[in-house]
Amino acid sequence: MSTGNLVEVDNVTFGYDQRAVLSRISLDVPKGKVVAIMGLSGCGKTTLLRLIGGSVRPRQGEVRVAGQVVNRLSSDELYLLRRRMGMLFQFGALFTDMSSFDNVAFQMREHTSLPEPLIRDLAMMKLHAVGLRGAAKLMPSELSGGMARRVALARSIALDPMLMLYDEPFAGLDPISLGVIGQLIRHLNDSLGATSIIVTHDVREALRIVDYVYFMSEGVVIARGTAEEIRASEEAFVHQFVHGEMSGPVAFDYPARELREDMLAWDGDGFYRETEAAA
Amino acid sequence: MSDASELLRRLGAHVTGMIWRLGFATRFFLLILKHSGTSFRRFHLTVREMYFSGVQSLIIIIVSGLFVGMVLGLQGYDTLVRYGSSEALGVLVALSLVRELGPVVAGLLFASRAGSAITAEIGLMKATEQLDAMEMMAVDPIARVVAPRFWAGVISMPLLAALFSAMGVFGGYLVGVRMIGVDEGSFWSQMKAAVDFGDDVLNGVIKSFVFGIAITWIAVFEGYDAPPTAEGVSGATTRTVVTASLWVLALDFVLTALMFRGD
Repeated sequence: MSTGNLVEVDNVTFGYDQRAVLSRISLDVPKGKVVAIMGLSGCGKTTLLRLIGGSVRPRQGEVRVAGQVVNRLSSDELYLLRRRMGMLFQFGALFTDMSSFDNVAFQMREHTSLPEPLIRDLAMMKLHAVGLRGAAKLMPSELSGGMARRVALARSIALDPMLMLYDEPFAGLDPISLGVIGQLIRHLNDSLGATSIIVTHDVREALRIVDYVYFMSEGVVIARGTAEEIRASEEAFVHQFVHGEMSGPVAFDYPARELREDMLAWDGDGFYRETEAAA
Repeated sequence: MSDASELLRRLGAHVTGMIWRLGFATRFFLLILKHSGTSFRRFHLTVREMYFSGVQSLIIIIVSGLFVGMVLGLQGYDTLVRYGSSEALGVLVALSLVRELGPVVAGLLFASRAGSAITAEIGLMKATEQLDAMEMMAVDPIARVVAPRFWAGVISMPLLAALFSAMGVFGGYLVGVRMIGVDEGSFWSQMKAAVDFGDDVLNGVIKSFVFGIAITWIAVFEGYDAPPTAEGVSGATTRTVVTASLWVLALDFVLTALMFRGD
């Protein structure tokens, strides 16, 4: 831990079967910072988060968290490390058979032997931090999407983690909830003295709150920089992504043959007849 | 030729797939046993699941037991009276229930009522990332979610089967003694004399215990193994009911052959 990085991904390759999802990827997350990993859907960014959390192991390379090589830990050691990590899942993943309060208290009850009154106070403080103390008794089915995400956030910070992992925290939220979650991520990171990694494709919100950005495409990091640098980037892909442009390195059209050919090849039965040119 | 080899290839793939799944299910079973400590140390987790799989199955078990017993009373009387031995009705009702119908029918009902619910619940927890979330919170879902449900089922099943048999005997009594008018004294005394605790009652309990293991094992495995989609969970739920029911019937034959040969 001489480098001051909490998370180091070093030359990692990962794939399912023959398909490589990540190829020789390296990136660092300095202590205390909020770092975003951005890219198109399916570019391997969620996989990267799962590698850091230890749910999957790389084919080669190392993932280090707080100086420990995550992919070489035994399951007991991994569980010990995970007690110091929090993860917010895309849709919250609240336990549907427990109230908001019990969801937040879950980890405290599982991992500590604190007396119940103390757990109650702690869980209420966590809920208070996300503004939902009043919703403690509600079941997940009674919460709106944005509220559920906030309860899940309170649950993930239950044991004051050193590292927070966010998987698409902004997906499917209205503008107000989205802004609230963004501010909470930044605020909680700074007040807990934690380090955060956000996987997202919401450029606008992410650039507002993060310290540093990694851009991924097809399993490699293609750009990196502070929010300012990313906004001003001349790199064609980053420019298209940040400004949401239709044309650029990422083509609008899925690869197909010539339009004229396709139109003439329609055989009326709902199938395309293979034309000589296509064959 | 190519059709035949294609058929052979598919058959082979199907068979190896089944063997692979069986191996996976066995490893899963061993994992449940390994992580069962929590289910007993924190017994309230198991009790909670016993409420869902056991207590909530009570209505269907009680009503079915009563009706099966009443039908046994009618059918049994109809046959016995031809041989002038209608007072043996109690024996017939009790033995059929305790040895066979209690464990088997309660097992089939348990598979469809509680087994399907367990599969659907675990499958949905998986589909909504609740199991992943638990694992990221350093809590093993097999210890916290699967094992308590498994043991709750294993404990509930013999109790439900016993209740089914008791209700059935009561149903047979209602029809035989109260409705038809078989002599009450001989109904009970012959039953008491003919039903052996070790051979009949205990064997029935062993059966229902084995069925309980098979049904809940299948239910938790199918749920845990379900593809995390809507079709995946619904398919797994159906498979639980079908597979568990077939296993109950198959195991019943094997156990009966082992227990009652020579009698």
